[in-house]
Amino acid sequence: MAEASIPGSDARSRRLTLRRMFASRIFSVALYAVVIWLIVRTAWTGAEAMGYNWQWYRVPQYLLRRTDDGFALGELATGLGASLLLSAVAFTLALIIGLVVALLRLSNLVVGKAVARAFLEIVRNMPLLVLLYLFYYVGGPIFGLDRYVASVLCLGVFHGAILSEVFRAGINSVGRGQWEAAMSIGMTRMQSYRYIILPQSVRFMLPPITGEAVNMIKSSAIVSVIAVAELTTAGRNIISDTYMSFEIWFTVAVIYLAVTLCLSVFVSHLERRFAVEI
Amino acid sequence: MTARPIIEIRNLGKFYDGFEALKDINLTVLSGEKVVVCGPSGSGKSTLIRCINRLEEHSSGRMIVDGIELTEETKDIRAVRREVGMVFQQFNLFPHMTVLENLTIGPMRVRKIPKAEAEARARKYLARVHIPEQADKYPAQLSGGQQQRVAIARSLCMEPRIMLFDEPTSALDPEMINEVLDVMVELAGTGMTMVVVTHEMGFARKVADRMVFMERGEIVEVAPPDVFFTAPKSERCRAFLDQILEH
Ligand SMILES: Nc1ncnc2c1ncn2[C@@H]1O[C@H](COP(=O)(O)OP(=O)(O)O)[C@@H](O)[C@H]1O
Ligand SMILES: [Mg+2]
Repeated sequence: MAEASIPGSDARSRRLTLRRMFASRIFSVALYAVVIWLIVRTAWTGAEAMGYNWQWYRVPQYLLRRTDDGFALGELATGLGASLLLSAVAFTLALIIGLVVALLRLSNLVVGKAVARAFLEIVRNMPLLVLLYLFYYVGGPIFGLDRYVASVLCLGVFHGAILSEVFRAGINSVGRGQWEAAMSIGMTRMQSYRYIILPQSVRFMLPPITGEAVNMIKSSAIVSVIAVAELTTAGRNIISDTYMSFEIWFTVAVIYLAVTLCLSVFVSHLERRFAVEI
Repeated sequence: MTARPIIEIRNLGKFYDGFEALKDINLTVLSGEKVVVCGPSGSGKSTLIRCINRLEEHSSGRMIVDGIELTEETKDIRAVRREVGMVFQQFNLFPHMTVLENLTIGPMRVRKIPKAEAEARARKYLARVHIPEQADKYPAQLSGGQQQRVAIARSLCMEPRIMLFDEPTSALDPEMINEVLDVMVELAGTGMTMVVVTHEMGFARKVADRMVFMERGEIVEVAPPDVFFTAPKSERCRAFLDQILEH
C-alpha cells in the first residue's frame, strides 16, 4: 500500500498512457493505413459505379518486364530514374544559386544586395509553370536552350530562390561573436564563412534543405508540360496508349510518395547525427 | 633602449548613428606596455579597444597600430588583426571545433603554417594556460574559466604583438576569475603589450604600467597605478574608485 497514495495519480497515468498511445509509431501507421484504405475504397466504388474496367495486371510491365535475356526496366522505372537525375542536377544548381544569392544579400555590396533582392522578388512571385514557359518558350529561342536545359535552369532558379532564404536564416542564426572571433584572428570574410559560420549553420539548415529536396522531386513533375522525359511524362505517354488512367496515375503517385518518404527518413537519420555535436 | 609606440590613437571619435560613443581620444601605448582601462558601464571602453583591431570603425581621427594606419583598406585591417589578439567577455570559442582545432585554425588558415607545426604550437600555448589535457574536448565540455583560457591560448597561437582583453573575467563565476587572471599576469611577465578593460583592481595594481579612466566616451584620467589608486586628480575618477573598491 505504499504506492497509489496520491489522489488522481491513477487518472493522470491513464491520460499519459493514452497520450503515449496516440504518439506511438504503431498508432500512426494504423491511422495512416485506415485513411489510405478509405481513399482507395471510395475510388474503387466510384470507379465501379462508372463501370471502369480495371486492368492492374497490365501495370507491372511498365515497371519491370521480362525479356529473352533477363529483365528490362519498364517506362515508369526509367521515367523515375530520369526524374531523380533531373531533380539531382537541378537541386545542385539550386544549392549553388541559393548560396550565392544569400551571400550577396548578406554582403556589403550595394549592387549585389539589390540584384539578389530583385531576383528573389521576381522568382518568388511567379508561378512555377509561368517560369518554365519563360525559360522554354522565351529563353529557348533566344539562347538556344533545349527543353532539358530549360527545365534544369527553371527548377534550379525557382528552388534556388527558396534555398537562399534558408541559407540566409541559417547564416544569421550564428551569433555575432563568432564573426568577431573569426575576424579578430585575421580571417577573411570567405574564410570566416567557410570554416566558422557555415559549418555551424548546417545544423539549422539541414531540415529545411531536405524539405526543399523533396519539393524539388515533386515540382520536377511540371516539366512534363514541355514533354521532358521523366516519370510524369512517362505516365502520360502510357495512358495515351492504353487509357488506363486510374491504374497509372495511382502507380505514379505511389512511386513519388515512396521516393519522398524514403528521402525524409534518410534525412531524419542525418539530422540526428548532426545534432550530437554542439 | 627606449620603447617605441606600438598603438597611436590621435583625436579618435566614434559615432553610433548620432550618438557620440568616443570623443577626441588621445592615447599612445608603448611596445611592451600594460594599460588597464576602467570606467563605468557605457563609457566607451569596449568601443575603444574594438577600434584598435577595427571590429568597430572609427568616425574621425587616426588609429595607427604597429606602424599601420587603419583605414578602409581591408588588407591593412587583416594585417593588423593578425598581430593583435583579442579576448572577449563571452569567450566566443568556435563551438563546432575541438580545443585543438580552435587553436590551429588561425595559424593554419591565416598564417599558412603546416598542420603539425600548428598543433605543436597549440599544445605549447595550452600548457602555458595550464590546460594541456583538454586538447580534444569541445568548448561546451569545459568550465567558463577553462574556456576563457582556451580563448587566450587561441589568440596567443597567432603569436600577436599586442593582446586586447575586453572584460575577460566579467562573465565568469567568482571562483574561476583567479585562474584566468593568473594566466594574464604570467603573460604580462613575458613582455607582451596588453590593453585590458577590467574592473579587477588587484590585477591592475599588479601589472598595469598605466591606468586609463574613461567616462562618457572620454579619457578623463591617465596615471601610473600608484598615483591613480592613491591620489586620482579628477573627482569623477575618485568617486568611481570608491564605488568599486568598496566591495
Ligand atoms: N553597436 C552599437 N550601436 C549603438 N550604440 C552602441 C553600440 N555599441 C555601443 N553603443 C553605445 O556606445 C556606448 C559605449 O558602449 P561600450 O563601448 O560598450 O561601453 P563600455 O564597454 O564602457 O560599457 C554605450 O552608450 C552604448 O550604448
Ligand atoms: Mg564593454
